[in-house]
Amino acid sequence: MSVDQNTVRHIARLARIAVRDDELEHLASELNSILDWVEQLGELDTSDVEPMTSAVETTMKMREDDVTVGNMQDEVTRNAPASEDGFFVVPKVVE
Amino acid sequence: MAKNDELIGLSLAEARDKLKAKEITSAELTDAYIAEMEAGRDLNAYVLETAEQAREMAKASDAKLAKGEGGAIEGVPLGIKDLFCTKDVRSTACSHILDGYTPAYESTVTSQLWRDGAVMLGKLNNDEFAMGSSNETSFYGPVTNPWRRNGDDTKLVPGGSSGGSSAAVAAKLCLGATATDTGGSIRQPAAFTGTVGIKPTYGRCSRWGIVAFASSLDQAGPITRDVRDAAIMLKSMAGHDPQDTTSVDRPVPDYEAALGQGVKGLTVGIPKEYRVDGMPEEIDALWSQGIEWLKAAGANIKEVSLPHTKYALPAYYIVAPAEASSNLARYDGVRYGLRVDGKDITEMYENTRAEGFGDEVRRRVLIGTYVLSAGYYDAYYLKAQKVRSLIAHDFRQAFSEVDVLLTPTAPSAAFGIGEKSDDPLSMYLNDVFTVTVNLAGLPGISVPAGLSKEGLPLGLQLIGRGFDEETLFRTAHKLEEAAQFTAAPEAWWRS
Amino acid sequence: MEIGKRVAREEDWIQGATGDWEIVLGLEVHAQVTSKAKLFSGASTEFGAEQNTHVSLVDAALPGMLPVINRVCVEQAVKTGLGLKAKINLRSVFDRKNYFYPDLPQGYQISQFKHPIVGEGEIEIDLPEERTEKIGIERLHLEQDAGKSVHDMHPSMSHVDLNRSGVALMEIVSRPDMRSAEEAQAYVRKLRTILRYLGTCDGNMEQGSLRADVNVSVRKPGGELGTRCEIKNVNSIRFIGQAIEHEARRQIEILEEGGKIDQETRLFDPKTGETRSMRSKEEAHDYRYFPDPDLLPLELQQEDVDRIAASLPELPDEKKERLMADYGLSAYDATVLVSDGARADFFEEVAKGRDPKLAVNWVNGDLFAALNREGHSLEASPVSAKQLGELLDLISDNTISGRIAKDVFDSMYKTGRNAIEIVEKEGLRQVTDTGAIEAAIDEVIAANPDKVEQVKTKPKLAGWFVGQVMKATSGKANPQLVNEILAKKIDIPSED
Repeated sequence: MSVDQNTVRHIARLARIAVRDDELEHLASELNSILDWVEQLGELDTSDVEPMTSAVETTMKMREDDVTVGNMQDEVTRNAPASEDGFFVVPKVVE
Repeated sequence: MAKNDELIGLSLAEARDKLKAKEITSAELTDAYIAEMEAGRDLNAYVLETAEQAREMAKASDAKLAKGEGGAIEGVPLGIKDLFCTKDVRSTACSHILDGYTPAYESTVTSQLWRDGAVMLGKLNNDEFAMGSSNETSFYGPVTNPWRRNGDDTKLVPGGSSGGSSAAVAAKLCLGATATDTGGSIRQPAAFTGTVGIKPTYGRCSRWGIVAFASSLDQAGPITRDVRDAAIMLKSMAGHDPQDTTSVDRPVPDYEAALGQGVKGLTVGIPKEYRVDGMPEEIDALWSQGIEWLKAAGANIKEVSLPHTKYALPAYYIVAPAEASSNLARYDGVRYGLRVDGKDITEMYENTRAEGFGDEVRRRVLIGTYVLSAGYYDAYYLKAQKVRSLIAHDFRQAFSEVDVLLTPTAPSAAFGIGEKSDDPLSMYLNDVFTVTVNLAGLPGISVPAGLSKEGLPLGLQLIGRGFDEETLFRTAHKLEEAAQFTAAPEAWWRS
Repeated sequence: MEIGKRVAREEDWIQGATGDWEIVLGLEVHAQVTSKAKLFSGASTEFGAEQNTHVSLVDAALPGMLPVINRVCVEQAVKTGLGLKAKINLRSVFDRKNYFYPDLPQGYQISQFKHPIVGEGEIEIDLPEERTEKIGIERLHLEQDAGKSVHDMHPSMSHVDLNRSGVALMEIVSRPDMRSAEEAQAYVRKLRTILRYLGTCDGNMEQGSLRADVNVSVRKPGGELGTRCEIKNVNSIRFIGQAIEHEARRQIEILEEGGKIDQETRLFDPKTGETRSMRSKEEAHDYRYFPDPDLLPLELQQEDVDRIAASLPELPDEKKERLMADYGLSAYDATVLVSDGARADFFEEVAKGRDPKLAVNWVNGDLFAALNREGHSLEASPVSAKQLGELLDLISDNTISGRIAKDVFDSMYKTGRNAIEIVEKEGLRQVTDTGAIEAAIDEVIAANPDKVEQVKTKPKLAGWFVGQVMKATSGKANPQLVNEILAKKIDIPSED
């Protein structure tokens, strides 16, 4: 599995990171060297192995259905680059 | 100055005792550290100094101490890794994308330290989002290791990602520091700076309020001058938090009490797969020395096999970037941090994240996005999680025969700033002995054990069973006693 | 039955230029879980609050925040699964569905992808002419709702409110088992009824607590399944019908012109009644699902499931059977009653110790006619079940006639007063005094000798006499007594 420049462009798009065209070649080769290296996992037969789903062996605790927080519009929005009247403001979203 | 040198010469445990005995005050201790912090700015260990807040906290501590009250570490000045969110104090994970971010909340771990009376000196530098092994990826620039090679003033890295923490502790710019470890980010910097660092069992400390890198691997722990200090700090940091589902509801033992117990009758495992090709002879020798020390202290030594060790690092470099790519999706210029405008919402996202993330973070986000993307999930992520099961199984097998494992912490001593930053793979190899522990969720501690030929500190790592930090502490304590590691860097940064 | 095997009834086929087509429909219904707090945070789920006030630090995805699951939301999902006669998975897993959108603060939605909490189940839908169909449920999973973007506050900016962000949703996925808009609508109605019976979702489509993504494809009757389009977020039963009709015709037109259907997400525009392509969602459909490492697998104990099962209320299908068995109701009447649990309860209260046929006629007839006319809900009915029952008692014991009862009911509905009070105050009590009725009849006879003559040959005129007597007594005379006495007084031949 080798990553070409188009693939880099595609995953950068998925990850919402602008990448200049003149960076593509370098990024592709970097990603390829890392991917080639992790490829060695293919040496292992894991067909009968269950994937690890959690690093901790315990059952998930649940919270009760109580309203414990709210009315903190200011705390929620105070770090926003743009906000107005308690809303976050972003460039227009077209559906 | 003599007074200050005396004060900062105290270990955390000694300072704690003298504070309780009212032989010193937190105010004078804190002032001494503020002076050190300011004198040590060339190291770039702190990204934010909170001297004023420290003085206020010290004053409050002194009031309690005067009444014979106060918590377990009342009045003790600490440094806090910038990955921890601290209420009303800028917390950026050393990323441009979190420019100016000031949380309205305090991480669980730091709030427990304040509960127990600690004083905050400031926020410590780290690799951006804790992604790195040299602290060179920080938006605030690299940290310089207080240690230098013999007769050579090349600036060395303090390890990473908790490089600000390790440097600050080694240079005595604080009594101890919080740190986090995803693949070795506590233990490797500790080894590079002659300090002690413990990554506890996954689930031992709450992750709430710590900027996430890779959720299934991240774990907080302390970096300190010695094993006792680490035991004291971890006691305060650890414990169940209902706000973190992955934190475990088990009582926190008195780790300090485990220190004197010795290692007689313990079986120490030596995993043969850690004897990797190209490992410097001096590290191998130090490892053998460690074995001898523990044997002399009454431990049984047994060679064990962890057959999947070589696959840990590649598995890690799938799992960690995959989780990171998702954890870092929230940095989108909408609710906090940096925003770089664009002609529409998508361009705003793309510009913000291009400018906000450094090269290493971008690399990992792209790798993580790729390995999770359609068609590759099974080949990469699922495969890596299966390999993780195999690695965890290896450890379970080993721990059916032994109580603790002894390995080197890192494959080399500290290297020069810039030496490896152009080669991601060689940088990743720094974590070869430490990532296995994160993948399996086990505790690991690094103890300074000797100096390299060049005069740089080297560390040995102990790995324990899940939630058996006590065995790690008692073994580490023996190792520390035997190693008699008293070397300290010359305080060149003060001049 | 195998997936997609059933063929639509011929009357549901759509005639195209090249022949008949049938529609194949599957629905993904998003139902907001009834709970006080959100799925992974302690913020309120209450509707209509000021922007960003029902938002916790977790919901806003501030750095370092972690989700902790709400027990009640899990129990509600289990309860719903049991109500859909579905398999409850004792182990399920939360995954992250990754995509960027300003109302999705984490950059991912926590959902369940490979291991949902509820597996296969079934719903029986009720169609006209007492036709029923079984619709397969493929799965039900728990997930977070997103926030809301407001686009009309500024010409070039959108405003984001995260109050809904993190509210628990159940996504209920049907098999592609429906074959007409009518069936799809019946499915949503039935599902909504079940959810309301269970108390797991309020089913309020106007507030968005229930909305459907409709998967539409067309094929030659009984042929291979076609390519489907997904119409997102349709939020009324009427729109579901319109969207399906329009989308099916659009697809048929394309296919008949030799084109092919692109699998895509579409949006229904209620203003035009048409669907249109949602390009923004189209690019990069790669959600990169993986298990959420902040959460552990969700493990349930069989005892917990059993406990929830034991607490289930009677569901519509069971209630319908019981009403038919216990009260001798027709299937139609019973279906109408159980479509709303409150209506069935109301009926049962009225019918207690009374004639069930009379009770169902009044509940389904007069009462609901009045409620619908006035736009009232049953909960807001000015006439309570007890009051309606008392009215029925007055009919049964001949205090008033059925005819007068309608007037009394109208007055009860307007004033909220009790039946007996109205009857007494207005003097509506039925006249059963034979002397008084005789007197009234005598007066009518005396005043209309010609009619008395005519009735001898035209027996139908008898009704005219009854009417005159009722008029003279303001409708209060007992009609049966009037008939009896009249027959004695004048000679009315039998009609045959």
